[in-house]
Amino acid sequence: MSEGDTLLYLDGVTVTFDGFRALNALSLVLEQGEMRAVIGPNGAGKTTMMDVITGKTRPDTGKVMFGKDTDLTRLDEPAIASLGIGRKFQKPTVFEPHTVWDNLLLALAGDRAPRFTLFARQTADEKRRIEQILETTRLTDVRHRAAADLSHGQKQWLEIGMLLAQEPQLLLVDEPVAGMTDAETEQTAVLLREINRTRSVVVVEHDMAFVRALDVKVTVLNEGSVLAEGPIDLVSDDPKVIEVYLGR
Amino acid sequence: MKLDRAAILTIVLVFGAALVMAALNQMTPPASAMHVPTYVIALAGKYLCFAMLALAVDLVWGFAGILSLGHAAFFALGGYAMGMYLMRQIGDRGVYGNPNLPDFMVFLGWKQLPWYWHGFEWFGFAMLMVVLVPGVLAAVFGWLAFRSRVTGVYLSIITQALTYALLLAFFRNDMGFGGNNGMTDFKAILGFNIQADSTRSALLVISALFLCGQFLLARFVVGSRFGKILIAVRDTESRTRFLGYRPESYKLVVWVLSAVMAGIGGALYVPQVGIINPSEFAPGNSIEAVIWVAVGGRGTLVGAILGAILVNFGKTWFTSVLPELWLYALGAMFILVTLFLPRGVVGLFRRRSRLEPEPEVPAASAAQEVTG
Repeated sequence: MSEGDTLLYLDGVTVTFDGFRALNALSLVLEQGEMRAVIGPNGAGKTTMMDVITGKTRPDTGKVMFGKDTDLTRLDEPAIASLGIGRKFQKPTVFEPHTVWDNLLLALAGDRAPRFTLFARQTADEKRRIEQILETTRLTDVRHRAAADLSHGQKQWLEIGMLLAQEPQLLLVDEPVAGMTDAETEQTAVLLREINRTRSVVVVEHDMAFVRALDVKVTVLNEGSVLAEGPIDLVSDDPKVIEVYLGR
Repeated sequence: MKLDRAAILTIVLVFGAALVMAALNQMTPPASAMHVPTYVIALAGKYLCFAMLALAVDLVWGFAGILSLGHAAFFALGGYAMGMYLMRQIGDRGVYGNPNLPDFMVFLGWKQLPWYWHGFEWFGFAMLMVVLVPGVLAAVFGWLAFRSRVTGVYLSIITQALTYALLLAFFRNDMGFGGNNGMTDFKAILGFNIQADSTRSALLVISALFLCGQFLLARFVVGSRFGKILIAVRDTESRTRFLGYRPESYKLVVWVLSAVMAGIGGALYVPQVGIINPSEFAPGNSIEAVIWVAVGGRGTLVGAILGAILVNFGKTWFTSVLPELWLYALGAMFILVTLFLPRGVVGLFRRRSRLEPEPEVPAASAAQEVTG
């Protein structure tokens, strides 16, 4: 796929939970190599959209295509992850009893079958890749610590590192800077832009300062569908967006 | 695979003790102060078989988070497979002297051996069944349960139902496994007199050998990359899915392995206690096995062995002194251990366990937590 091709294509996606429409005919197109910020008030359907893309939730109707011809609605989570879609959760979820190193080792792209992992030994190549990610995520000094002992910000980075280790084409990042200090938030923006040089990224975030710092195309969700789309300055001047954010 | 001191100590103690006891039983006269009586040999052998069951429970509970309340079912199935071989070894030495049919079948008026008894006259075939029957049952059960993402309490309840269903089935005479009375009056194993002191001593040493082998196998599994993924599945199953792992495959592999380990324990148990009957399927037995693991220390393997031996030693002592109070003592022990020794007896000796690593620099990371 070359630059400019469509990587992710959602068309008319509707998800209903007990009569509640979490997604209402949502459509979204993401280009190869693009970074997109998705914002919206609570309950706008941001996390449900992530769930649909990663196979956790199956849509009632609508199309979810990855690349040219992969229908994501037919696949389950491990299959979608293996295709190259990585996800970072709102609450950092790392493997707490394992060291930072082992967390990355388990995330590295490779054979996921039990018959392989039972006898797998760490290769020089794996070691090199882990060291590289440790450097990118600034976790080299704490690599032998249990993930449970990391600070909140470090856990977020470890999870981003695990995403990188998966070598995905597309990263879905849910509220990466929630609970971070200003300095950590800034570093995270730098980190995401670095990642975006080689991969497509979708960032869901509440923090407007952070979204502004990313300086990418923004999609505003409200009540399960797209309210507005465009550069941040244009979107934040949109009267519909202002109404949703500032109350009616 | 590197072995830590606790692991080496466990192997040396288990195997050494079994060897010394067997040697003292065989080489000293019964009058000697050094003599180990045969009933002690049989008792020790029984403890080691229970330790295999505990190890199996710890593997799935401690490392995969599957709290099985039906593991004694796999133990009993292995036991029944061995029991069927031992019944066939009796030959025409039974009460009715029928060379082709076990006593209980003659008693029920059966004329010929049911088809599923064929082959059990061969030791090799019977041993294959010891592995296959629990293994296949676990594979079918696990495939259905894990694929449907049944976890937690619901899974525990189904395992309990599984063992209870088998209990009821094996009680029935027309199942062809001896009904209520089960199988007993064994005469020989591989041609050796099953009552002989030398056979008893040999069985103890063989049990120790198998326990140590299972322990090493379990350590290998837990220490591998597979084991790390298993722990990840235990703590955050959905996260492993988004990394591309299939938790159901990982659980299934360890579940089947665990069932086979329990089955082997049961197979070695039967010749040493001389009987197998449906009460081995009683739900209480499986729950007791979980208590052994909790007492020893969940997720430590060594703790499972230690817990099984300690609690059963306590049970032997208690039931001879204050038999009516044993269940209360067991319950109290479970509550006390859960409250005061969450990492079991092994936790007393170990600062860090696989289950819950302690912070290396608690003060620093706590401070960061506040600011972060």
